Amino acid sequence: MAVNYTKKVMEHLANPRNVGEIPGADGVGTVGNPVCGDVMSIYIKVGGGRITDIKFKTYGCGAAIATSSIITELAKGKTIEEAVKISVNDVAGELGGLPPVKMHCSNLAADALHAAIKDYQERRK
Amino acid sequence: MGRIYLDHAATTPVDPRVLEAMQPFFSEKFGNASSLHSEGTEAAEALEKSRETVAGALGAKPDEVVFTSGGSESDNLAIKGFAYANRKKGNRIVTSAIEHPAVLNTCRYLEKNGFRVTYVPVGRNGIVDLNALEKAVTEETILVSIMHANNEIGTIQPLGKISEIAKRRGVALHTDAVQTFGKIETDADKLGADLLSLSGHKIYGPKGVGALFVRKGTVLEPLIHGGEHEKGLRAGTENVAGIAGLAEATRICAKEMNGEAARETRLRDRLLKGILETPGSWLNGHRTKRLPNNANFSFRHVEGESLVLYLDMKGIAASTGSACSSLKLEPSHVLRAIGLTPEEAHGSLRLTLGRATTAKDIETVLEIIPGEVEKLRKISPMAGMSALEKKRLEKQPHGHGRHGKACD
Repeated sequence: MAVNYTKKVMEHLANPRNVGEIPGADGVGTVGNPVCGDVMSIYIKVGGGRITDIKFKTYGCGAAIATSSIITELAKGKTIEEAVKISVNDVAGELGGLPPVKMHCSNLAADALHAAIKDYQERRK
Repeated sequence: MGRIYLDHAATTPVDPRVLEAMQPFFSEKFGNASSLHSEGTEAAEALEKSRETVAGALGAKPDEVVFTSGGSESDNLAIKGFAYANRKKGNRIVTSAIEHPAVLNTCRYLEKNGFRVTYVPVGRNGIVDLNALEKAVTEETILVSIMHANNEIGTIQPLGKISEIAKRRGVALHTDAVQTFGKIETDADKLGADLLSLSGHKIYGPKGVGALFVRKGTVLEPLIHGGEHEKGLRAGTENVAGIAGLAEATRICAKEMNGEAARETRLRDRLLKGILETPGSWLNGHRTKRLPNNANFSFRHVEGESLVLYLDMKGIAASTGSACSSLKLEPSHVLRAIGLTPEEAHGSLRLTLGRATTAKDIETVLEIIPGEVEKLRKISPMAGMSALEKKRLEKQPHGHGRHGKACD
């Protein structure tokens, strides 16, 4: 089935930002399921309550890669309090919308970021 | 750089000779083949000439060919038409697990209407399990429907042996030959088929036209009721231009088949050799019993849709059995049936060659694909993931679940 992606989705797919891992990250979140064809890992470095660095690795469709890329841009430089509030709709909205069947990718990206933040918070306890 | 189209199993461009053959039947020779006047006669003559050509390619008689709107309609007419006309004889149908959705979903529809369907498994190489088939055909079986070659992995089924099994029990055989007609020999007698579906747009003909071979004596119930067109089997004013196009496409294929099959096989084999040098890649389907133009690979740790999009950006048109863009979110039933895990099935890439494909195209593709696979592997977390972590994720509920649809 053909999928119509926005220019912004295609641009992020062609040039994904912040790809990779952060050695010694302060928080790591991995979500998704290989059986379903998408897995995302997000790595964060936190300093002074802010996300100073963020990287991702994603196995998945075009939307999965684009949503991971955009969420790293949205979260970079934000305070933890601000980053926790980044939602599914923020991700899809920033990309100029996603086809309905691809909305779950937006979910995943938000879940991965939130999982990384949770990991960071638990490590601090 | 020009585009390289390697998705001929999806559709093909209309051959200029076909377009030329169709042209007169739009404005100039526009008659209705049912009309008595000269315009009507002219259309009827074109229709019958086309029927002879298509029948010729099947080793059939002209009155054994019914024109339809395409492969899906032919499959529907064959299976539902046969089931409804013969339900007094029994209510069982036997098919395979790797059929095209036009066959599978027609069978599922019949299951909701009192028929019982057995889906025979295939081996790792995509060939139908003949022992299982033999067991599945029982006293109540009225029809066996097994495709000639698979649209995804290109595997060619041993129809001769399959028809022997069906014949021994006096059961009719339907075959979906949409992927083979015009590409390899499809003589209905040699295949032992009583019903055979074919399509125009897979063989450089127009979309929206196809045919069903109906062996003399095979009784069908029509699906479209109306006038007495196509011997009452398919009502509706005939698509004369489309049918003339299908006939011309058939004529060209028959003439060029042997040379073209050999040429595409050579290019395909070069493609296989080159691609399979990529680490973590393998071929899906039988190595030799496959369509001359079909190659289907899996790449570990890479998801098919993103690979297709990356290739598209590089000017290559390909396809995948990954289902990330389909509503059901399950990877190809064909790749699952040959024993691939869902993850392996998500990483598939189908390349199907055609008349326009050149040796240079293949070399270009071989230069591009490994690099694009590598790019995606660099983005993918799967390569470095521990088995333990993978297990944890496989047990995780997934984003898809939120939409009321569980994955797999």
